[in-house]
Amino acid sequence: MLILECPCCGVRGEETEFHGGGEAHIKRFGPGSSDEEFQGYLFAKENPKGVHFERWRHNNGCGKWFLAARDTMTLEVYGTYSAQTHEPPKHIREAITAKRPGWTWREFS
Amino acid sequence: MSNAVSALAGASYDGFARIEDQGLHGMITLRGDLASKEVKAAVKAATGLAVPGQRQALSGSDTAALWMSPDELLLMCPYGDVAATLAKIEKALAGQHFLVVNVSDARTFLRISGAGAREVLAKLCPVDLSPEAFTPGMFRRTRMAQVPAAFWLDEAGAFHLICFRSVADYAFNLLKTSAKPGGEVGYFA
Amino acid sequence: MSTRLATGGRLLDTGRAVNFTFNGKRLRGHVGDTLASALLANDQMLVGRSFKYHRPRGIVASGAEEPNALVGLGSGARFEPNQRVTTTELFDGLSANSQNHWPSLDFDVGAINAKLGRFMPAGFYYKMFIHPRPFWKHVYEPFIRHAAGLGKAPKDRDGDRYEHFYAFTDVLVIGGGVAGLQSALCAAQSGAKVMVLEQTAHWGGRAPVDGGTVDGAPVEAFIEGIIAKLQDMPNVTLRNRCMGAGVYDHGYALGYERITDHAPDVDAPRHRLWRIRASQIITATGAIERPLSFAGNDIPGVMLAAAVRDYAVNYGVSIGDRTVVVTNNDDAYRTAITLKNLGLDIPAILDARASGGGALADEARALGIRVENGKAIASVKGGKRVTGVAICAQAGEGAVLEEINCDAVAMSGGWSPVVHLWSHCGGKLIWDAERAHFRPDASKPPLGATGEGFVIVAGAANGAGDLAATLADADAAGKAAATASGHKPKNVAAPQGSASDEAPLLPVWLMPQGAGINLRMKSWLDYQNDVKVSDVQLAAREGFESVEHAKRYTTLGMATDQGKLSNINGLAILSDALNQPIPQTGTTTFRPPYTPISLAAIGGEARGEIFQPLRKTPIHGWHEENGAHFEPVGQWRRPYCYPRGEESHRDAVSREINQTRGALGLLDASTLGKIIVKGPDAGKFLDMLYTNMMSTLKPGRCRYGLMCNENGFLMDDGVVARIDEDTFLCHTTTGGAEAIHGHMEDWLQCEWWDWKVYTANVTEQYAQIAVVGPKARAVLEKLTEDDLSAEGLSFMGWKDLTLAGMPARAYRISFSGELSYEIAVPASYGRALWDALLEAGGEFDVMPYGTEGLHVMRAEKGFIMIGDETDGTVIPQDLNMQWAISKKKDDYLGKRAQERSHMADPKRWKLVGLETLDGSVLPDGAYATAAGHNANGQRETQGRVTSTYYSPTLGRGIAMGLVLDGPDRMGDVIEIPKVDGGIVKARIVDPIFFDKDGEKQNV
Repeated sequence: MLILECPCCGVRGEETEFHGGGEAHIKRFGPGSSDEEFQGYLFAKENPKGVHFERWRHNNGCGKWFLAARDTMTLEVYGTYSAQTHEPPKHIREAITAKRPGWTWREFS
Repeated sequence: MSNAVSALAGASYDGFARIEDQGLHGMITLRGDLASKEVKAAVKAATGLAVPGQRQALSGSDTAALWMSPDELLLMCPYGDVAATLAKIEKALAGQHFLVVNVSDARTFLRISGAGAREVLAKLCPVDLSPEAFTPGMFRRTRMAQVPAAFWLDEAGAFHLICFRSVADYAFNLLKTSAKPGGEVGYFA
Repeated sequence: MSTRLATGGRLLDTGRAVNFTFNGKRLRGHVGDTLASALLANDQMLVGRSFKYHRPRGIVASGAEEPNALVGLGSGARFEPNQRVTTTELFDGLSANSQNHWPSLDFDVGAINAKLGRFMPAGFYYKMFIHPRPFWKHVYEPFIRHAAGLGKAPKDRDGDRYEHFYAFTDVLVIGGGVAGLQSALCAAQSGAKVMVLEQTAHWGGRAPVDGGTVDGAPVEAFIEGIIAKLQDMPNVTLRNRCMGAGVYDHGYALGYERITDHAPDVDAPRHRLWRIRASQIITATGAIERPLSFAGNDIPGVMLAAAVRDYAVNYGVSIGDRTVVVTNNDDAYRTAITLKNLGLDIPAILDARASGGGALADEARALGIRVENGKAIASVKGGKRVTGVAICAQAGEGAVLEEINCDAVAMSGGWSPVVHLWSHCGGKLIWDAERAHFRPDASKPPLGATGEGFVIVAGAANGAGDLAATLADADAAGKAAATASGHKPKNVAAPQGSASDEAPLLPVWLMPQGAGINLRMKSWLDYQNDVKVSDVQLAAREGFESVEHAKRYTTLGMATDQGKLSNINGLAILSDALNQPIPQTGTTTFRPPYTPISLAAIGGEARGEIFQPLRKTPIHGWHEENGAHFEPVGQWRRPYCYPRGEESHRDAVSREINQTRGALGLLDASTLGKIIVKGPDAGKFLDMLYTNMMSTLKPGRCRYGLMCNENGFLMDDGVVARIDEDTFLCHTTTGGAEAIHGHMEDWLQCEWWDWKVYTANVTEQYAQIAVVGPKARAVLEKLTEDDLSAEGLSFMGWKDLTLAGMPARAYRISFSGELSYEIAVPASYGRALWDALLEAGGEFDVMPYGTEGLHVMRAEKGFIMIGDETDGTVIPQDLNMQWAISKKKDDYLGKRAQERSHMADPKRWKLVGLETLDGSVLPDGAYATAAGHNANGQRETQGRVTSTYYSPTLGRGIAMGLVLDGPDRMGDVIEIPKVDGGIVKARIVDPIFFDKDGEKQNV
């Protein structure tokens, strides 16, 4: 059972306080988008063995959503950060690079 | 106002800790920019207290200010004072983007006291309740068995716990079961 | 025979007798006995029958690894099957019963299986029972079910209580032997918070039995001293009778504390499950002795050598008068020496090593014991008890050299470190060829949240052989754990344990080495599952080359003991059969728990009335007092109806509806979700959430809205009230409140975080009561001065008022088609309002109605219900609700998805009413058939029933359904098959069955 640190309230809590919300950094496509764009937005999800970016909600806590950079194989948590961003912050990307040089995920590396 | 009754109607239980319904209290959810001077003024006007820091509970004689999230506080006052307190907050925050709403009746409010209080909660909540880790004035929202709950510790060593009103019986029975004599763990001794 | 010795028994209080029964026989033991030692003291060696062949089986071990001696303990509410006698502490009044035999332990009919053993090799059931297919269900499965299974399931509700406890520590030490204690002390001296778990009632593990010295003093004195030190340290918690059950991700571990198993009269929780989060975990879990594989090694009286020693030293029990020791290593000599010193006879030590043993062998010889090097057991004589052994050369095929009379055999095949807890979360193993065992590979520990290792192994669990190595290893482990958890270890010298000078072990996987099939068929690997050397060899020949496949095919290492004794021996045999080295074969996966833990401990406090949260409205008490029949709606319990006397539920529902439509009904609607949405962007936000336009709603007015997810599918509906320019109150379905609030916060926090909107879930702040029926206005007017006339509060309006002296808000909305007001008051006033309405409504014969009445009335009006008309694949257009979808909005959640080709397909089934020709009620969820069959040979379908009820208003069945081209086929008759084979014919009609023009609600 994972431990996650909620960047919104500072609690380092066990997984039962949180609720996973799927992949992070998904760009929304609405009306006017092509079928391909919309399909990509709604259905095409990453399923990496290794570095992954996820949405989590501290639902049994402060109720806030946040994002986590995590390794799906080792379960290492590289860091958690605000949900109000379109890309992983630099310090998170650097923390991952320190452990997994050469990592890539969607357009990030 | 005599028609208003708390969900547990004053129930209490004496096990190796004492569990008791604290009855009706005024509770107000305030959402806004907690760093703003307007919110500070509103909280001061409503409770006489400062804006609590992250995961902090501040207590006055009959008021409290509880940090719920980065943009949300729960303010407590006597049940009968809610309307006046709401008015003070609305006045202090006029023109700001905020939300203030009376939630006095949405919760059950319990007190867990006695030497075994920490153990009673440690059986139900995934939180480090050791005396060195959980100290008076800390406020923690977490999971209590299968429901969300929040609690803080006062200087006298008693815990104050809130959870939703609909699960008042569940919460009370959980704590009662947890505090049943024979279940002393001796872990925090 | 086994018996109690006149002396010895370091764990016994011989002055205090304990009475217990085994299979009804009254027996006596001492305080400090385990059930195993007490049974042996009473010469009860035979304790059960094996799983498959029903062979007589005796106690073989002295601890958690025991595979055979499983009994049913207690009775009634305290009956529990499959309890190991070796880990059951004796208490006064204990009653134990043996398992797996009929009619009695001594005479068992099932033992015929043993005679047929040669016809029941590995995979027998798979091969035998596959044909003919139809036999499986009625012949084979009942037979196998009757024959299989270990013990009986309890029939009564568990009479005890259980609990969890959350603990947080820097260092968790699993195992209270010398390694665990020393590593705990070492870690604790750094200031780290330390917790030590020991599964037995005693500290020190095997060391007191095996002997040796620490810093020149007997090891027992060292243990006493270190326990005293640890007990004095405020940063140390010691828990015995508490097994480290499992190690999980990110430093999570489970401890299984057995609080009253040994003292059932104490009023306390029986088991406590410790949910521990540790920065570092030290597994000091010791080692387990391996059996040797020789013919007849399962006959009662054949026991692990260390267990024989344990029973003698700890419990003063002799397993037999004449014990033959058979070994491939030096440790078993300790047993011979111990027994000899107690005055018992050791006819021979058979050492499989041609070169023999070291210093301990010399000591044995000096005591006059006959030591035979290079010798083995060809077979064990005896049935329910050992009577002798035939000996042979280990190197040969088993030609008998001599027969020796004896009544016990002490065997030792070497020691396997207990690597389970190291391995649970991914720690890797290496093969130590010299000691012929797997031990943890310290360079590949389980990784925690930071990507660093969080498990450290210490002592015998790490392969340490003697006290000197164990204590040095433990000291290093303690210091490493302290450092890794952020503490600075104290520079304290490690205690010096005594070293032993032992000759190397010889790996012996089969005895004798060239044993033929007749011997191999009687050489047991897995006692609990009746797996023999020949079975594993057969599995390899049949192609089950992966150790995981071989395990499942042969059942080696399955069931309650999970192969604690059999694992290494089994995979050595498999490796040999596959001609590959043991590390290449590898091990099966070690999964928690280490030994079985009670299901009730896992459940913890969650039983009886707190099995799960049961949400209650402020009016719940009245419903209970007035005989409501409840139905679960999410975690709520809502009244379905309020039957009176002998009245059926259907009659009650009809009565409630008739009275509501005729005069006045009340519904407890408090469970409806209520969410405040406030801010300058609140209207814009709600326009995105709902399919219709909410921003144009005027303060004081209400609007019904639909909410879709991004897939376009309907997820919730409800009435939105605009409170003021900035503030809306959104009603959600009962089940949807938390989810919809979460959905709102998701979009606000993760997508539109620059929008100025705050939300608050105020569902529980209000009790809400629907006052419904032609007399609704009349009854409310009795309780208020405020204007509730058609003009004072028009349909789809709301207003604040004082009602029966309470602060209230009235929403003039209707889900029944009647004149209706939903009255919200603070939850603390909910019961008072309900009582006031009942009293005021007395003159109108007011009746509360339940959820079924609500459903029937909404269906009579053709209103959809989320979860009935919708199932996660239905879009508003399917329900002909285009009227609720704004054409003016550029965007709302689900809009783009609803433009997809499949969503716009005119062949999507659409909502219609269904009216049976015979007036009967259609079966819920039934499908309407169409001509032809699909590729699977099933009838084609053209629609399905989504809601179906008996309408007391119309006096017949009414239904709604989704039907192909439905709205264009009004009047068509479709056929709907029933489960019983009959067919119901239904006419497609308008879904509004009652008061199409809304005359009743618009008054």
